[in-house]
Amino acid sequence: MTPTATGVSRPGFAWAAPAAVFFGLFALLPLVLVAVLSFTHWDGLSAPRFTGLDNWSKLFDDPVMLKSLWLSVLLTGLGVAVQTPLSILLGVWAAGHQRNRAVLSAIYFVPLLLSAAAVSVLWRAVLDPNFGVPAHAEWLFGDGNLFGVQSSAIGVLVFVSAWQFTPLHTLIYQGAARAVPRVLYQAAQIDGAGRVRQFFHITLPQLRNSIITSTILMVVGGLTTFDTVLILTQGGPGTDTTISAFYMYQKAFKNFDYGTASAIGVLLVLVATVISLIVVRLSGYDRMRSTMEGL
Amino acid sequence: MSKRRPNYLAGFGSLVWLFLVGLPLYAMLVATFQSRADYGANGPLALPKTFTLDNYVKDFQSGFGQYFLNTALVTVCVVGIVVLLVPPLSYAIVRSRSRLTHTVFRLFLLGLAIPSQAVIVPMFYVMSEAGLYDNLIGVILPTAAFAMPVCALILSGVMRDITPELYEAMTMDGASSRRVFFQLVLPLSRSGLSTIIVFSALQAWNGFLFPLVLTQSADTKVITMGLYDFQTEHGVDIPGLLAAVVLSMLPILLVYLFARRALVQGLMGVGGK
Repeated sequence: MTPTATGVSRPGFAWAAPAAVFFGLFALLPLVLVAVLSFTHWDGLSAPRFTGLDNWSKLFDDPVMLKSLWLSVLLTGLGVAVQTPLSILLGVWAAGHQRNRAVLSAIYFVPLLLSAAAVSVLWRAVLDPNFGVPAHAEWLFGDGNLFGVQSSAIGVLVFVSAWQFTPLHTLIYQGAARAVPRVLYQAAQIDGAGRVRQFFHITLPQLRNSIITSTILMVVGGLTTFDTVLILTQGGPGTDTTISAFYMYQKAFKNFDYGTASAIGVLLVLVATVISLIVVRLSGYDRMRSTMEGL
Repeated sequence: MSKRRPNYLAGFGSLVWLFLVGLPLYAMLVATFQSRADYGANGPLALPKTFTLDNYVKDFQSGFGQYFLNTALVTVCVVGIVVLLVPPLSYAIVRSRSRLTHTVFRLFLLGLAIPSQAVIVPMFYVMSEAGLYDNLIGVILPTAAFAMPVCALILSGVMRDITPELYEAMTMDGASSRRVFFQLVLPLSRSGLSTIIVFSALQAWNGFLFPLVLTQSADTKVITMGLYDFQTEHGVDIPGLLAAVVLSMLPILLVYLFARRALVQGLMGVGGK
C-alpha cells in the first residue's frame, strides 16, 4: 500500500484475499478432502472410516475401472483427432475477411452457448431409434439403434462433443490466426508461394502455441466428459461407454461407495494437473495475456 | 488473409459446418411446434403440417416456470459473487509485488485444470455437513468458485493492457490503491468486466453437475435438471422435450445477441498465443 521510491503505490495482498479465501474454501479444500476420502470407507450415512489403501488396491483389480480408463483415453484421443484439424481450418477461415463471415460465425458459435444437457438431449432426440432420423433413413443407419452397439455409441459421443466444442477451439485459432504478422504472407507471395504452402509454412507454425493450449483443453475436457455420457448412453451398452468420470459418479451416487469414487476423483485430478503443468511449461502462462487486438 | 481470389475450399468447408450446426437446431425448433402424433408420423426432417404451442404450455405446467426462477436466482448470485471478488483479485495480480499474491495467482492457474467432476464427492460431503444440501446456496458457492479462475485470467489480461504511465501519473499525486482501482482500473476494464459477467452467467445457467449432485427436490430444481428428469421420465415425448430445450436456451440466445462481442473476445483471449 505504501508508495515506493518511484512514487507508485501498489495494492497489497488484501485485495486478493477475499477471492483467495472463497476459492480456497470451495475449490481447493474439496480437492484436499477428495484425497483424504479416498483412504476411507464412506456410505454417505455414517461417518467416513479410515481404511488405508483399500480403495486403491480394489480399484486396480477392477476390470470395469481399467476398461473405463482405456475408454476415457480412446474418447479423448478421437476427440482431439477430429476437433483439431476441423477447428484449425474453420478458425483460419474465420480470421479472414469474407463477406458473409460475420453472419455465419454468429451461427457457428451457438453450440458453445448451450448446456451439455441441452446438447445431449437434442442429439438424443435427433438420433432416437424410433422417432429420430435413423427411423427415417434406414439406408444410412440400418436398424437404427446407434446406442445399442459400442462402436456407434462411441461414434455418437465423439460427434456430439465435436459439435459442441469445435466452436470454442475455432475461436482460439481465429484469435491466433489474426495475430500472424501480415508481412510473412506478403513476403511469401512475393516468393510465389501458393495458398497451401503458405498455410503449411506460415500459418501452422505460427499457431504452435494455440495448438498446444487447445489440445490440452481438449484432453482435460475429454478425460472429464460426463454430462454427455450420462444423458446419451448412460455408460452403455453394458459398460461399453463407461468412462472413468462416469464410473466415479456411478460408484458414488448409485452404489454409495464414496471412498472408491474419491480415489477415481484423485486419479482424474492427477492426470489433469500433470497436463496443466505441461501447458504452463510449454506455452508459458506469462504469455497467456489478452489477445483483444484481433477483433 | 490475402486479398486475392476468395478461398473457395475454406468457404465450402464452412458451409458444410454451417449445415451441421444449423440443421439440428432447425429440426429442433420445427419439432416443438408439432403435436406428438404428427412428429412421430413425419419424422424430424419433414416440414411441419400443423402448428401448435401446446408443447410449451405443457412444459410450463410441469414446473419449468419454477426451474426458470431457480436458475435465474443461481445465475444472478454467481455473477454477483464473481463481479465482487474477481476485479480486486485481478488488480492485485497485475499490480501487487507481494509474494503471497503471486502464489494465489499460481493456485488459480492450477484451478483452471481442476475438473469439477473430481471434487463432487467432497463437495457433497461439505454441503451435507454444512446443512446446505438441497439448498440453492450449496449450488451457487461452488459454481462461483469454479468460474473464478477463467474470469481472473480474462480480467487480469485486460488490466495488464493499462499502461504503467497511467498508474504513475495517478499515484504521483499520492492517490491510494483504492482510488487507482475505482477511478482508473475499473473504468478502463469495462470490456473485461462484461466478458466475465457473460462468461460466469453462461457457466451458472448451464451448470449441470453441481445441481445434479447437490439438489434433489422440485423446489431447488434448475433448468438443466428439469431437462434431465424430463428425458429420463418422458423420453418418448420428443416435441415436449425439445420445447424444454428451446426454453432452456432462449435467455442465453437473447444475451448472446447483445453480448456476442464481449463473449467472443474473452474466449479468444483464453487460448493465449
